[in-house]
Amino acid sequence: MSVLFDILASAGLWAAILRIATPLIFGTLGALLCERAGVLNLGIEGIMTFGAMIGWLSVYHGADLWTGLLVAAIAGGIFGVLHSVLTVTLGLSQHVAGLGVTLFASSFSYYVFRLIVPVAGTPPTIMPFQPIDVPVLSSLPFLGPALFTQTAPTYLAIVVALVMAYIIFRTPVGLAIGMTGENPHAAEAQGVDPMKVRYGAVIAGSALMAVGGAFLTLSAFNSFFPTMVQGRGWICIALVVFASWRPGRALFGALLFAFFDAFQLRLQTAVEGVPYQIFLMTPYILSIAALAVMARRARVPQALMQPYRRGER
Amino acid sequence: MRLERREHRPLWLMVGAPVLAIIAALALSGILIAIAGAPVFEAYRRILIGAFGSRLSATETLTRATPLMLTGLAAAVAFRARLWNIGAEGQFYLGAIAVAAFGSKLLAGLSGPILVPLLLVIGAMAGMVLILIPLWLRLRFSVDEVVTSLLMNFIAVLFVSMLIDGVLKDPMAFGWPQSQPVADHAMLPKLIARSRLHIGLVIAVVLAVVVYLIQSRTVFGMQSRAAGLNPQGAVFAGVPLGRTLVKVACLSGGLAGLAGAIEVMGVKGYVTTDLSPGFGYAGIVVAMLANLNPIGVVFAALFTAIMFVGADGMSRSLGIPTYIADVTVALSLLTMLVALFFTQYRIRR
Repeated sequence: MSVLFDILASAGLWAAILRIATPLIFGTLGALLCERAGVLNLGIEGIMTFGAMIGWLSVYHGADLWTGLLVAAIAGGIFGVLHSVLTVTLGLSQHVAGLGVTLFASSFSYYVFRLIVPVAGTPPTIMPFQPIDVPVLSSLPFLGPALFTQTAPTYLAIVVALVMAYIIFRTPVGLAIGMTGENPHAAEAQGVDPMKVRYGAVIAGSALMAVGGAFLTLSAFNSFFPTMVQGRGWICIALVVFASWRPGRALFGALLFAFFDAFQLRLQTAVEGVPYQIFLMTPYILSIAALAVMARRARVPQALMQPYRRGER
Repeated sequence: MRLERREHRPLWLMVGAPVLAIIAALALSGILIAIAGAPVFEAYRRILIGAFGSRLSATETLTRATPLMLTGLAAAVAFRARLWNIGAEGQFYLGAIAVAAFGSKLLAGLSGPILVPLLLVIGAMAGMVLILIPLWLRLRFSVDEVVTSLLMNFIAVLFVSMLIDGVLKDPMAFGWPQSQPVADHAMLPKLIARSRLHIGLVIAVVLAVVVYLIQSRTVFGMQSRAAGLNPQGAVFAGVPLGRTLVKVACLSGGLAGLAGAIEVMGVKGYVTTDLSPGFGYAGIVVAMLANLNPIGVVFAALFTAIMFVGADGMSRSLGIPTYIADVTVALSLLTMLVALFFTQYRIRR
């Protein structure tokens, strides 16, 4: 038991939680925004991969880190347009279209990466975002290193979560998004164009996903390698259900998830005799468990996965 | 401009859709090849040579197409019933490791004619078990099986990694994590001597025909289609939805598990965590390109195998990354979706 306590009492664990949570916060918020407007975006895994690749590549070619994030966001938005054309304009199966976007975006990422960066023994690196020591707060005992020595995008993620909660629950835009996700016909009767709302939500959501991916290469690590997203996108899709489509709970869910992930990482080295693969499985098992617990309780947007065609029921 | 539903689908469009989709995908990838600074037509010519240019490459293409046919069938039967089994990759690995577990020592005492079919059944059953978990979660807790079956892939590969690093580890592999090899007499017979092409190709093609007959000639086939077209309507018409989905899942997971078993018993002889270069995911594309038709799956798998095998050779001579094959295959899924849409709708001014 003392092993568990030692892990919980280390500031390193709590600092790692926010770091691990950041890409999940961006990704979950992005997926949540799409789904609130009625579009399931399974392109997330590929879009995160592309964001990670193009963000890193921009910085590798001399752009500064914030430009790298911006390039990733724009690229994510372009994939959002692709997903919207398929699922909103053409009204195709959101499951299959999303998987298609993921397969295309990830293989395209690897293609571009391999084209520009030839195979090398050690992958080239960039100078990633450095931790910001928040004055005064970072010198607090325990809390300081845990919460106030993160890199800038982590703070940005938390701000985005709060802003999105405000937009969804307190603004006319949020109302239009919610109506489109619940009942696009009623939304149209109220003068809202469901097509435009869905396009907007999917583009903005995909941009957030790509930023989440870019965090991996620009802050958490300093290089890009294939399969580095490791199913984080799918975990985000599960977290949206866990969060019951609410941004605040998405933030909480991502942090809770990151807590377990950071904990198992440290447990791996502390506990001997258990194959490390068992620990690596836990994030995926937890995601499935979270889905099983929450799926019935969560309030699904009523028009999720239903294409909208004017004048057609 | 608006979209209007077609009253009937012309036959030429149904047949032409996959052809048009593949041409469009090749054209789009051609742009990427051109951007990379290579001659586009020369690149495609080299892909064809790489896939068919010699006896060796042609057998290699057919060897690669075999697991793709099976994972393609796995996706096709599931999608037809709108069971979104995206877990074929994990089911493939579970089928593979089950064969390694039973075929290396435990059952190696059995004679070949008993052992080989038995191992194939064991591999298929391992795949079934894995898809039944997401299906159970869907029926019991209404959890969307897309995400759960996807997440199961990661768990399955880690499980395989654990076994080949532990109890099933081959002590003769110089410390590399790879499973003990299956017994020699558990290997599938070769179809053509001095090549890797094995009897698995025949099994896959026969199964495609069997699945076609099941879907078109049996009550179960009708029920599974009904479950996909209109679940509520199917229940209303007396289709036992849950039971039908369980059968569909067993068929789908079984085919994917069988793909893994056949890959081990036909080609590799042992399991590593890079046994599959994404056969499970490519199977989704194969199924969609075939418009979920089991016979079409055979041809769609061939196209996909040509791209993958051919791109290897093209990449060596022109310096274009082999990932271009993955890009083309993924693009062909997207273009196929659009092509299928236009078999149902037309643009009206």
